[in-house]
Amino acid sequence: MMTKETGQRHPIRIYLVVWGLLFLVSALSYSTDFLDRGFWRWTLILLFMVLKAGFIVAVFMHMRWERLALMSVVLVPPVLLMVLVGLMTIESDYTRSMRIEHFETAIPGEAMPVVEREIRNRRPD
Amino acid sequence: MKTISEAQGTLVTTLADDWGSDIATLKGVPWGKVMMWVFLVSDTFIFTCFLVGYMSVRMSTIEPWPNPSEVFALHAFGVSVPLLLIAIMTFILISSSGTMAMAVNMGYQRRKKAATNLILVTALLGAMFVGMQAFEWSKLILDEGVRPWTNPFGAPQFGAVFFMVTGFHGLHVSAGVIYLLTIAFRIRRGKYDESDFEIVEISGLYWHFVDLVWVFIFALFYLW
Repeated sequence: MMTKETGQRHPIRIYLVVWGLLFLVSALSYSTDFLDRGFWRWTLILLFMVLKAGFIVAVFMHMRWERLALMSVVLVPPVLLMVLVGLMTIESDYTRSMRIEHFETAIPGEAMPVVEREIRNRRPD
Repeated sequence: MKTISEAQGTLVTTLADDWGSDIATLKGVPWGKVMMWVFLVSDTFIFTCFLVGYMSVRMSTIEPWPNPSEVFALHAFGVSVPLLLIAIMTFILISSSGTMAMAVNMGYQRRKKAATNLILVTALLGAMFVGMQAFEWSKLILDEGVRPWTNPFGAPQFGAVFFMVTGFHGLHVSAGVIYLLTIAFRIRRGKYDESDFEIVEISGLYWHFVDLVWVFIFALFYLW
C-alpha cells in the first residue's frame, strides 16, 4: 500500500478481544464494591486497576509494538511517582498521628492550639 | 571530521552537537505522536499529584471518610444500587475507547468515511459521559449539599477531592470531544489526504489516556 509505513497496523480482532476483556475486568472491578473493606478488597481493586491500565496502554495505545526508546520515554518517568506516593504515605501517617494526639478529644472546630496544650502539660511539674 | 565541540571543547557546543546532529531519536515515529506522548506523560504527573493529594488528605483525616458506594448509590427498580451511574459511565468510556481504536485502524486502511463515523461515535459517547457527570454533580450539589469545604457525610475534604479530581477529568473529556470533532471535520474536508492518517492515532492516544485516567479514578476514589 504505502512505501513508508509509519503507523501502527494491527488486525481488528485484537482490539475487539481487548475491548471484551476490558468489559469483563470492569465488571469484576465493580463487583469488588460488594466485598467488605479489607485486605482482599484492596488487593482486587488494585489488581483489576493495573490489568485495565495495562490493556489500554499496551494494545489501545500500541505501546507493546513501539520501540524501546519510546517505551522508556513514556513508562520510566511515572515509576518515579511511586517515590512521591511513598513519601506522602509517611507524611500523612505522621499528620494523622499528630491530629489524634492533639485534636481527638477536642470539640470539632474548637481544637486546642498545640502550643497552649504544651504549656498546660508542663504546669503540674 | 571533527565536531564543533571537539574543535572548541565547550559545554555549550557539546549541547549544540547533540541536538543539532541530524539524528532522529525515535525512528519511524511521527513527530506529532512523540509530542502527544510527551504531553500525556506530563498530564500523568498532574493527575498523579491530584491522586496523591487525595491519598494524603484521606490518610491523615481523623474524621470518617464518606462511603462512596453509599454516596453515589442510585435508586433504580425500587432498590438502591451502589455506584450504578459510575459503573454505566465506566462502560461508556471503555466503549468509546473501543470505537476510537477502530477509527485508528480504519484510518490506516484509508477508509475515510468509516474512520470519520467512528470518531463521531467516540465523541458522542464522550459527550454522554460528560452529561452523566453533570447529572451526578448537580445531584450532589443541589440535593445532597456537598461543597468543596463541607458535606453531610463525614470528612470535609471529600468534597474538595471529588470536585477537583472528577472536575479535572471531566474537563479533559470535554476538551477531547471538541478535539475529536475537529479532527473528524478536518478528515472529511480532506486535510489529511496526503498523509498516512496518523493524526487519528495521535488523537486516539489522547482519548485512550482520558479512559486510562478514569480507570485510576474509578478504582482509587469510587471503590477504595
